[in-house]
Amino acid sequence: MGGTLLLDIIIGGLILGGLYALIAVGLGLQYGVARVLNVSHGEFIMLGAFATYSLYTSFGINPLVSLVISGPIVFGLGFLIHRTLFQHLRKSSESMAAFEGTSILASFGLLFIIQNIALLSWGSDIKGYTYLAGTVDFGGAIYAQNRLLAFLFAIIIGLAFYFFLARTRFGKAIRAAAQDVDTAQLMGVNIHRMLGLCFGLGALMAALAGCLISMMFEITPLMGLPYSIIAIIAVVLGGLGNILGSLLGGLILGLVGNIVMYIHPGLSLIAYYMIFLLLILVRPTGILGK
Amino acid sequence: MSSTNNPAPKWLFPLVLSFIIIILAAVIPRFLPPYTIISLNDIFMYIVLTVSWAVFSGPTRYISLASAAFFGIGIYVSAVLGNVLPFLAAIALGGLASFLLALLVGLSSLRLRGMYFTIFTFGLSELIRHSVLWWEVNITRTVGRLVVSVDNITVYYAMLTIVLLTLAMAYFIKNSKYGLALLAIGESEEATDHIGVNVNALKILAFAMSAVFMGAAGATMATRWTYIDPSIAFNPLFSFMPVLMAIFGGVHRIYGQIIGATALTLLADMLLTKFPYYYNLLYGIILVAVILFLPQGLAGLRERMSKWRKHVLVK
Amino acid sequence: MRILEGKGVQKYFGGLAATADVDFHINQGEIVGLIGPNGAGKTTLFNLISGSIAPTSGTIMFKGENILGLKPHQICKRGLARTFQLVKLFGSMTVSQNILLACFFGKSGGVHKSDAQRESSRLLEFVGLSGTDGVIAKELTIANQKRLEVARALATKPELLLLDELMAGLNPTEVAQATELVLEIRKKGTTIFMIEHVMKAIMGVSDRIIALHYGKKISEGTPEEITTDKTVKEIYLGI
Repeated sequence: MGGTLLLDIIIGGLILGGLYALIAVGLGLQYGVARVLNVSHGEFIMLGAFATYSLYTSFGINPLVSLVISGPIVFGLGFLIHRTLFQHLRKSSESMAAFEGTSILASFGLLFIIQNIALLSWGSDIKGYTYLAGTVDFGGAIYAQNRLLAFLFAIIIGLAFYFFLARTRFGKAIRAAAQDVDTAQLMGVNIHRMLGLCFGLGALMAALAGCLISMMFEITPLMGLPYSIIAIIAVVLGGLGNILGSLLGGLILGLVGNIVMYIHPGLSLIAYYMIFLLLILVRPTGILGK
Repeated sequence: MSSTNNPAPKWLFPLVLSFIIIILAAVIPRFLPPYTIISLNDIFMYIVLTVSWAVFSGPTRYISLASAAFFGIGIYVSAVLGNVLPFLAAIALGGLASFLLALLVGLSSLRLRGMYFTIFTFGLSELIRHSVLWWEVNITRTVGRLVVSVDNITVYYAMLTIVLLTLAMAYFIKNSKYGLALLAIGESEEATDHIGVNVNALKILAFAMSAVFMGAAGATMATRWTYIDPSIAFNPLFSFMPVLMAIFGGVHRIYGQIIGATALTLLADMLLTKFPYYYNLLYGIILVAVILFLPQGLAGLRERMSKWRKHVLVK
Repeated sequence: MRILEGKGVQKYFGGLAATADVDFHINQGEIVGLIGPNGAGKTTLFNLISGSIAPTSGTIMFKGENILGLKPHQICKRGLARTFQLVKLFGSMTVSQNILLACFFGKSGGVHKSDAQRESSRLLEFVGLSGTDGVIAKELTIANQKRLEVARALATKPELLLLDELMAGLNPTEVAQATELVLEIRKKGTTIFMIEHVMKAIMGVSDRIIALHYGKKISEGTPEEITTDKTVKEIYLGI
């Protein structure tokens, strides 16, 4: 019995961790490369979730199909926001530190804007739909099909992203820029376009995570901020600027969150903060840092 | 950027200030309707938060997002002790609690630089908010509390006093050698250390000083809201708004901070009454616009204008 | 009299010794040069002396007191000041504010504002920056920024001044002026320990030279002795 419970917690934690990893990688791109600590990251998750919800409830479009529809739209939105807002801020800031400061404030304004547009369009009620709610039996442990599906897709998206980073030319350019933007620029990378694409990609990851979240949890226009915070913590856990570290950070956070949730449901967010603050104090370069 | 361009005459600031004080103190409460007094209290509150924030974060460039924690702890002190202590004692205790919390935060985070400090202070405020909430849900089993209410005029005088004390503190720190040293810390901590400034002690002390009046203001304003809970007391907006108000008015000028706090509070007030449904949305748009188009604030705009004028005159 | 004396000074970064078991001393009133190839541990030694970094082991006595492990501001208050290889001014403050701060917080401390202002104009004149009081520091030329940094260090009233590559990046005229300045500072009673790459300048100005290589002291002596030293020739001068 103890063994089953443990397995249950671990698998549940991996499912949650897979989602967090997607979210964290998205922010990792935005902060690690574009240097925007985007507090409104969670709002793009919320947008992805609501797009999926609306497409499913109004037009009967399968949530998995929504991945392909809402993903690119949010990607474009992210790219556009970087082009109009953050690129301008970056050019007018006298130093990178100044830009990091003002961009966190600008993203806070963005959070307000997106959240309130969502509140005006969808209202403040909690929403949800049922999709693949049936269960699967795994050696005594029972899981909802939609959770397993979400986990599967989180892995697929994560792997696809990993190969994109590791193998493609553009992915390599992104990693180079994460290390050192100036050098990447010297190597002939069109830096502003690339930062815009990274920001867009970050938003895309958020939207995909949002689609998956909407299959398993209830959603509201106010759901974004906690996810932003989870993403920030995971990114710091993995080391600021280390994109693969963000992936690992998300996974660890999901596992820890699920364990704490079994001990006391209300404590998981507090546990995240505790881990986070201790980590920043003891090892600010992250678990993978030098 | 520098605080030394266009120095205004030294006597101008105290003179204008004392003039405004006399009007505010003696005249206004007698003739104005309660509604205006309430909105003046809001303006006072944001002036305290903004000017206090800028005492430390302005010169050192350490962007703190812990104002909500300092303000909120003042609110809670007043809520918990308000019915056993006199009003003034609650305010003083609110300031003290806030000072001690800031001392603790400063001691633990003094090694952090740049973004890490910002994230840390934000995380800490949120940790406090969630911990208090958890405590109320699981231990005391009631979320939120009632606060002993105090009449508007008393709150008004208390807030006015706190504003004046805040301004006096900001003014004296800014014009002392310690103010200059804080500015130097923002330029190069290593060099500042090497010319004999105890950088860590100064940073921690300035940070703690900047929290005192935030806490006192929290303790005072709590009595006006009558009901508070962790989401009201530790609302992250109290961390972000002072930063925006300071940027809007000009981080390096006390009068800029006052104008920034006043203008944005009035704007929020107006939006709330005219467009209750679109209030938050419009506010978000304004925040982004301020950051985008006024990175040096209104004070910076004035300096740019006068530079431009000189430029034209020379030609 | 030995104003500064280091014994067995070691600093490891990871497993690498930046300085390994270095012994050295500076006599009061001397000008001592510190030379060595890049990565020899010269700036690390300065950082250890001025308190920028904590040592792995050893002692550094300043005026008979062990200062190893003290904080930079404590060491400054005991009468030891420095400049930096890459100038570290308070860039957006004015020239005079840079110096005033050092007057307020340096060794003497508690200086009255009018005294500090007088001291500031005196120092600016001394380093050849008269009339620049109100200029924003980062708008000065590199040579003048270096002078300002020296003036700022002097404003703390040091008995020993560490100069980290004062002459790097200066043209021949400016090098000559800087050499003159170093001699003037000594004449006013401040002992000088300086890192320099400009050989001609350091040979001309130093009473004694210490050569480092891979964190170890390989030679020490008068400029003449150093230029004829076999090891130094091989390693450093590449002859």
